[in-house]
Amino acid sequence: MMQIKPILSALRRHKAGTVLIALQIALTLAIVCNALYIIHERLAHIAEPTGVDEPNLFAMANLWGEQYTKQQAAAKIEQDLITLRQLPSVADATPTNGYPLRGGGWDNFITMKPDQVDKTTDAAVYAGDEHFLRTFGLKLIAGRDFNADEVRDMGLREAVTPPVTIVSKTLADRLYPKGDALGKSFYSMSSTPITIIGIVDTLHRQDVSTWSAPYKGQSLIWPLRLAQPMGVFYVVRAKPGQLADAMREAPKALYAENRMRMFPAKDGLVDYRQIRQEAFERDRGMAILMGVICVVLLAITAAGIIGLTSFWVGQRRRQIGVRRALGATHRDILHYFLTENLLISVGGVAIGTVLAFALNLWLKQNFALESLPLIYVLSGMVILILLGQGAVFAPALRASRVPPIEATRPA
Amino acid sequence: MSMLAYYFGLGWRSLRRNPVLTALMVMAIAFGVAASMITWSVFRVVSGNPIPWKSSQLYNVQIDNRGPQYDNAGHEPPEALNYTDAMALLQAHKAPHQTLLYDVALSVMPEGAHDLPINALGYATNADFFTMFDVPFEYGAPWATSDDDAHAAVAIISDDLNQKLFGGANSVGRNVTLDMRTYRIVGVTAHWDPKPRYYDVFNGMTFADRPPQLYVGFNRAIDLHIATSGRNNCGGAPFHADSPEQWLHRECAWIPFWVELPNEAMKKSYESFITAYSAEQQRAGRFQWAPNVRLRNVTEWLDFEKVVPPESRISLFVSVGFFVICLVNTIGLLLAKFMRRSAEIGVRRALGATRREVYAQFLIEAGAVGLVGGVLGLVITIIGMQGVGLLFDQDIAQLAHVDLSLLLTTLTVSILATVVASFYPTWRAAQVQPAWQLKSN
Repeated sequence: MMQIKPILSALRRHKAGTVLIALQIALTLAIVCNALYIIHERLAHIAEPTGVDEPNLFAMANLWGEQYTKQQAAAKIEQDLITLRQLPSVADATPTNGYPLRGGGWDNFITMKPDQVDKTTDAAVYAGDEHFLRTFGLKLIAGRDFNADEVRDMGLREAVTPPVTIVSKTLADRLYPKGDALGKSFYSMSSTPITIIGIVDTLHRQDVSTWSAPYKGQSLIWPLRLAQPMGVFYVVRAKPGQLADAMREAPKALYAENRMRMFPAKDGLVDYRQIRQEAFERDRGMAILMGVICVVLLAITAAGIIGLTSFWVGQRRRQIGVRRALGATHRDILHYFLTENLLISVGGVAIGTVLAFALNLWLKQNFALESLPLIYVLSGMVILILLGQGAVFAPALRASRVPPIEATRPA
Repeated sequence: MSMLAYYFGLGWRSLRRNPVLTALMVMAIAFGVAASMITWSVFRVVSGNPIPWKSSQLYNVQIDNRGPQYDNAGHEPPEALNYTDAMALLQAHKAPHQTLLYDVALSVMPEGAHDLPINALGYATNADFFTMFDVPFEYGAPWATSDDDAHAAVAIISDDLNQKLFGGANSVGRNVTLDMRTYRIVGVTAHWDPKPRYYDVFNGMTFADRPPQLYVGFNRAIDLHIATSGRNNCGGAPFHADSPEQWLHRECAWIPFWVELPNEAMKKSYESFITAYSAEQQRAGRFQWAPNVRLRNVTEWLDFEKVVPPESRISLFVSVGFFVICLVNTIGLLLAKFMRRSAEIGVRRALGATRREVYAQFLIEAGAVGLVGGVLGLVITIIGMQGVGLLFDQDIAQLAHVDLSLLLTTLTVSILATVVASFYPTWRAAQVQPAWQLKSN
């Protein structure tokens, strides 16, 4: 085996440099594996499926320019839907209170008994008519869709608790883990039971923030049309390949019918590419920042190792020459520097592992991050040890080419 | 002075001697400082004090009107008041200035017959709002307290809305049509957009992308049943109502309430006033719990509401950690660089240079590295700032900007950090024994 003892005694003469490299490797490991884990978490969040037909959908926030009563608003919505559904590029349209990934939105406490004080769980609430499932392209896996006569108008702050609902599979399984939710009922901030008449496969919540993470994918749809003075969202499904046409025609057609309305700049007309962009802006930003920091950090650590090792090689030319003169091969010298770096790296990653978990603990306490899986630390270790060996290779190669004649030259 | 120039000259020559090592150090410092500065530029805005001259005198009022079963975490009362309590506090007049507000989204009808309505966001509030929060005016002035009492149809619009509706002319005294009703314009605000928007954290307008566009009288808005366009937090309490009047007396929180209390004594007395008010509600049977009230000034309120996004904090910490690693790297490289010149140091010492002079020479050399690193870091910061939109929410990213103070901080931090990092290598260099070095040659 390689001669470790002489390496150790040589390192003892370069305490400061050794400690600095080890420390740099340790800190880099701590930051890189936490950063990689943050990237993984954020990307997983971004990749969550919504369950809706994203490529063909767009949404319009339609605000009324006049103050309408409930009856007036209901009539206007009815008229708008006829206009939208008649457009040649439109497959279907539905009025609603929100759509998956919109952020914020309506959510209700769910209980299993009418007099229960603490909630069983929380569900995002969608108000939709009998076109809701078809428009969003949701997959009904059990039960049936709403009938037109079940849909009721709901004015501002009216107490309406529909007796029937369609829920997402996630919510159904949360309430009835045995998979027999269809036909069963629950309560939601009212004393009348709500019966599950249908179950859809996936339906993401409107909210994307951290507080709703424990309730991920738990949504319910009520047969309601919001006939409110402020306005309503229209979600429109274009015929395949005609999204751009539909998005151009829809606002024009609605304005032609009644110009007393407003489509706000922010969400007046958005397709799912924009909705996703907006919803996951922070997550994508964090992933990019962490990625850039990881890459630059690894580059700087490699550069630091190259710099210090080159200095050591320069300093030891005479000793190397002596060793070569005494019969050491190129290979021996190369191995010497590689092994030296390996020893320092192993020390560094050992300290780094402790630092990585300490940093993770702190992030957990302050930013609700999950526990760092061991695999991240292990891969971080491998990355850093390989990085160290790679970085040290060029200076080590140069050292191995020091001719034995150096032994006779003054330092 | 001439010694200083001489050291600079020495430093410069030495930096040129190992260009790769020097470039490595400069790049490490530049990237480290740039990452820290970019994230700092965002952090300083989101964590800033939006009204430093008054933040300790403006207090947000919270009263528990729903009872322990609906409390927020930590037995906290709701973050805003309901209508009943807001009105009671307003009429009690126990603070020299007091304001209440709720978010409104109204349609504004421009005068041309073929124009489309514009959606404008703003607040229903009272006259004290403008004096308490130091709102600047371009034309006119806040409406009078008597207008509040008379439920007058008065409005104040922003410079931006004034530009859209009247081409920027003085519109005081003219009428504006909001949700098909006529209001008289009494004032036009100059640009006013404090960030974070401390007075309306409740509605999530903390980093709203546009300043408020209009303000209407609170009493008038209530008379017209204009609903809040913001949050309406019932926390599980019943929120349905058969009529707007019944709705007003529900226990839902939707009205942020602020008081101005110029000194500690007045704060104490206001605190006991709201406690006594809650106790009275308990005696009257409306509250079935002991008084649970809070009075928080602007900075306490922003802390409590955790307005700094966690992303902003994490990125700042990670960037600073990154900078520290860059500095550790720099220490190593400086050590290598300085020790390589042991012979030169030995000669200088033998020729009579004191330790002090060796210190001075190497610290100046390090300072020069820091300066160059800082300048490069500045360039990277300015370029990186263009990409801030990729890293943070649009409404937060647009707050970050490069200004003189950021530039100076970048340079100062990089020079200081490099000089501090060079302490150990410099100390080692100064330990070189003249005799030993000369002998070994």
